[in-house]
Amino acid sequence: MRNPLSDKIVQIKPSGIRKFFDIVNEMEDAISLGVGEPDFDTPWHIRDEGIYSLEKGRTFYTSNSGLKELKVEITKYIHRTQGISYDPDHEVIVTVGGSEAIDIALRAMINPGDEVLIPQPSYVSYEPCAVLADAVPVIIELKKENEFRLTAQELRDAITDKTKVLVLPFPNNPTGAIMERKDLEEIAEVILENDLWVISDEIYAELTYKEKHVSIASLPGMQERTVLINGFSKAYAMTGWRLGYALAPRILMEQMLKIHQFAIMCAPTTSQYAAVEALRNGDDDVAMMRESYNQRRRFLMHSFREMGLECFEPYGAFYVFPCIREFGMTSDEFATRLLKEEKVAVVPGTAFGDCGEGFLRISYAYSLDNLKIAMEKIGAFVARLRNEKQQ
Amino acid sequence: MREQILAIIEKNSRIDIKELAVILGAEEIDIANELKLMEEEGIICGYHTMIDWEKTSIEKVTALIEVRITPQRGQGYDNIAERIYKYPEVNSVYLISGGYDLMVILDGKSLKSVSSFVSDKLSTLDGVLSTATHFILKKYKDHGTILTKKYEDTREKVTP
Repeated sequence: MRNPLSDKIVQIKPSGIRKFFDIVNEMEDAISLGVGEPDFDTPWHIRDEGIYSLEKGRTFYTSNSGLKELKVEITKYIHRTQGISYDPDHEVIVTVGGSEAIDIALRAMINPGDEVLIPQPSYVSYEPCAVLADAVPVIIELKKENEFRLTAQELRDAITDKTKVLVLPFPNNPTGAIMERKDLEEIAEVILENDLWVISDEIYAELTYKEKHVSIASLPGMQERTVLINGFSKAYAMTGWRLGYALAPRILMEQMLKIHQFAIMCAPTTSQYAAVEALRNGDDDVAMMRESYNQRRRFLMHSFREMGLECFEPYGAFYVFPCIREFGMTSDEFATRLLKEEKVAVVPGTAFGDCGEGFLRISYAYSLDNLKIAMEKIGAFVARLRNEKQQ
Repeated sequence: MREQILAIIEKNSRIDIKELAVILGAEEIDIANELKLMEEEGIICGYHTMIDWEKTSIEKVTALIEVRITPQRGQGYDNIAERIYKYPEVNSVYLISGGYDLMVILDGKSLKSVSSFVSDKLSTLDGVLSTATHFILKKYKDHGTILTKKYEDTREKVTP
């Protein structure tokens, strides 16, 4: 029989997380710190609005780019948080999660052979999406010394005459790193010098614990060369609703919309009605969840300090990224042993790029009570490893 | 800081000072001082335990009683409210806007003990015009805590 498969898709590696997921799933009483989504339920008033929209029979397609009132709310939100204006009719698209936005932005921009710069460790989908779009992904390995921020020098060193797009994944999953205004200003200079485009994945924008998130699109000269991606999953605990959005200059948005139109049609209608409510009346919920994450973040940092485990202080998302190099094991070995011996699941840093070797992603989207138990177990494990090493 | 401390201990009064300091990113001594001050100022009035008596074998009934009263010259409602709240079986007394004046929440051992309190003590007080007693049949949620369902983590165990 004829081989039904595309060579392009076959050569893409499956997500490194998958393998781990299978082991954890078989273990019944494992404590997992491996989840990349909030532990909160979607706030009730938002769910209620979704239910209400169903009751009213709002069960049809929306326009391809999304409900008008949602697009208006999105532009208002970006204006009040970042001070930049977008045209809701031509520069906004509502997508199936931030993930779809990443995909269609890349596909709309790439010609075969164009280079896309992808800082790692970072979310698992940038590289495969770039490959699917016929781009050449060029990885920039972020460093612990820089708190996993992207520096102007690192960016400059990675640019060739084929470079077209920079993916900017901050606040970052898995490191929890953020880019503050001054960091962004430094790289913006390089971006402008080299006439690059930016895909800025700001899905964790609401979850920062230092200064408020600054979008690179808000810097001078940047809005016209940036695709700003955000969504409802993390800020409003709405992962299962699959709703994100992208903001981009009209010339690019028109092409993104074509892909979305043919591949997706429109984002789920119920979710869009719920999202309108989230943007209109959800600020207090976001603040409550942010404060709660921040408390857990402080607790984890404190626990790592107590066990002497090296970890830079992350100021974004809901992950910490401790370093385990002192034990002379790979991330995978460490995570596998931790799971087998203490029944605590964490994700090896290598799931987010080769340069994640020597690190673990630990999610704090769990109750403090849960985190306390897990930290005790990790503490015991670390102590045992150090003992083994001495003997 | 006060607001943050209160938000936490309102949900979990057993949290210790050390842990409060860790999760709020503050010094233990500052937390201890704030707690002490808030106790002195009467902002923190106690550290109670939430109990779902339904799940015990102890018989207990709770009643919400609407009380209409005639305010007294120079005293308003305070005098009569005091005469009511001094009864130990009275759990809470609130002055309410709307169709009646005081909301009295009463804990009793049985329907009988509550009704005899209402008929013998409450309605015979000078100034009490009328009462309406509502017995609580089931508590779904109390003090922000849902009593009928437990939180269950239904997320996939590992996700990117």
